[in-house]
Amino acid sequence: MTRLHKVPVIVGLFGLLACAVLLELAVNFGWVMEIIVPRPTDTVLSFPSLQEDMDLVGNFFVTLGMTAAATALALLIGLPFGYFLYRREAYGVAYEGWLAAAFSTPIVLLYPLFLVIFGRNHMTLIVMGCIPGAIPIAIQTRQGLLGVSKTLLNVGRSFNVSERDMFRKIMLPSAVPTIFTGIRIGVMYTLVNIVAIEYLIDFGGLGRIVSQMYDNFSIPETYAAIVAVILVSTFFYWGFGRVEKWLRPV
Amino acid sequence: MADILEIKNVSKTYNADGDSPVKALDGVDLNIAEGEFVSIIGPSGCGKSTLFNIIGGLIDDHDGEVLIDGHEVDGAHKDVGVVFQEESTFPWRSTLDNVAFPLEIEGIDKAEREETARKFIKLVGLEGFENHFPAQLSGGMKQRTAVARTLAYEPRIMLMDEPFGALDEQTRMLLGDKMLEIWAALNQTMLLITHNITEAVQLSDRVVVMSYRPGIIKEIIPIELPRPRTSEVIATAEFGTYVGKLWTLLREEASRGMAEAEASIAAT
Ligand SMILES: Nc1ncnc2c1ncn2[C@@H]1O[C@H](COP(=O)(O)OP(=O)(O)O)[C@@H](O)[C@H]1O
Ligand SMILES: [Mg+2]
Repeated sequence: MTRLHKVPVIVGLFGLLACAVLLELAVNFGWVMEIIVPRPTDTVLSFPSLQEDMDLVGNFFVTLGMTAAATALALLIGLPFGYFLYRREAYGVAYEGWLAAAFSTPIVLLYPLFLVIFGRNHMTLIVMGCIPGAIPIAIQTRQGLLGVSKTLLNVGRSFNVSERDMFRKIMLPSAVPTIFTGIRIGVMYTLVNIVAIEYLIDFGGLGRIVSQMYDNFSIPETYAAIVAVILVSTFFYWGFGRVEKWLRPV
Repeated sequence: MADILEIKNVSKTYNADGDSPVKALDGVDLNIAEGEFVSIIGPSGCGKSTLFNIIGGLIDDHDGEVLIDGHEVDGAHKDVGVVFQEESTFPWRSTLDNVAFPLEIEGIDKAEREETARKFIKLVGLEGFENHFPAQLSGGMKQRTAVARTLAYEPRIMLMDEPFGALDEQTRMLLGDKMLEIWAALNQTMLLITHNITEAVQLSDRVVVMSYRPGIIKEIIPIELPRPRTSEVIATAEFGTYVGKLWTLLREEASRGMAEAEASIAAT
């Protein structure tokens, strides 16, 4: 890691630590009720028992795996669909508004329907997770391709670049930052939906743990499970950041 | 010398839906000899970029024809290399990879294309910046990267649309010298589109003056200043005479262009 990369990481961790210390003090002084927000130290100390009783690490990987599968499916649908909407302008114009509307709909509320179709299993989680993920990916793929500079396309034409190279060497690298904005938004929505459904149907990984701990009034354990969800989200954010850097270093 | 490029009765009308059609070019005839340095000058909106796109094969639906070595051109031609008015380097590629781009497209292996690219990077004076990305370069350096990239394609005709139009005057004069060095080194035919009178006189064998709407060739002025030239020629009396002559021709066109542009703004 270069110095430039280290500094933000250190500053970030320091900020997190400072917030935890402040919260610890706030609970100790009674400014925040302990049964609503536990001390950060209690949350940390609850990890071993949560691991023992609920297999936190195992469930971390269940949620991570479900999110990865749903995101893979979202990419598989969103990227080609976005490309199609770019190629067929009429469809693109016709569907963009609908997609945006669908994206702002809480699809998670349709879970009874999906339970009926797929049953109370991983399939429901993956399918319901992939829908809100695929939408921003499709929208941003179309936007990214539409935004490719006309001059850069003309540079390609002037060098007699084939259609294939035009796409691979000019359009795709131009569109990568915009497409990855869509992917980052998509994966976060996928994760939120998967955890929400795990919570609602009491099935699967971390969402189920949150639900059960919450019902038991095990407040530090509830927060510990939420921290684990944040770690899943951090993993995907970091991972896709790396992929983007690899595809387009600057 | 034989004419490498012939432009025969080229016209182009833009039919923007809703608006009335714009006649951008009306019957342009121009012959350019192999190895010649010709500038095309005219006020903004007179159809210079349109002519550039037609010669470069980037606009197909025009009237008249463009011939290279007597053969009609259809689409982008291997002998014509273009440099665009707008920013055209690939932001995700280093200077070296930008310049090597046309060679990569031709399937030349990495070692060879990088060697060729380095040669042209040196020629445009960007040695030492091979690994920089466009965002780290100044406007003039980015345009030189674009020039080197087109040179690496090794076209016989270099066609440039106001490549230094966005740069400050001093930088532009120095890059003019650079272009003359490159031209002397490579024996290419240069066709430079510009709106800058000094640049046109400094560099050219002939200056083609275009009129405003419809774009037609108003006059062609041969520049009989001695070669090899550098920007020092600007201080001479003959230079001043040519500039004065061109301004007399352009003044009328420019004021007509300005009046029409202002009228169209007033109408909206
Ligand atoms: N794609 C286009 N559609 C409609 N009108 C255009 C288009 N491109 C250029 N024009 C018009 O054609 C005229 C000539 O434009 P252009 O060739 O860009 O001139 P210049 O490069 O000399 O400034 C201008 O009036 C411009 O508005
Ligand atoms: Mg122009």
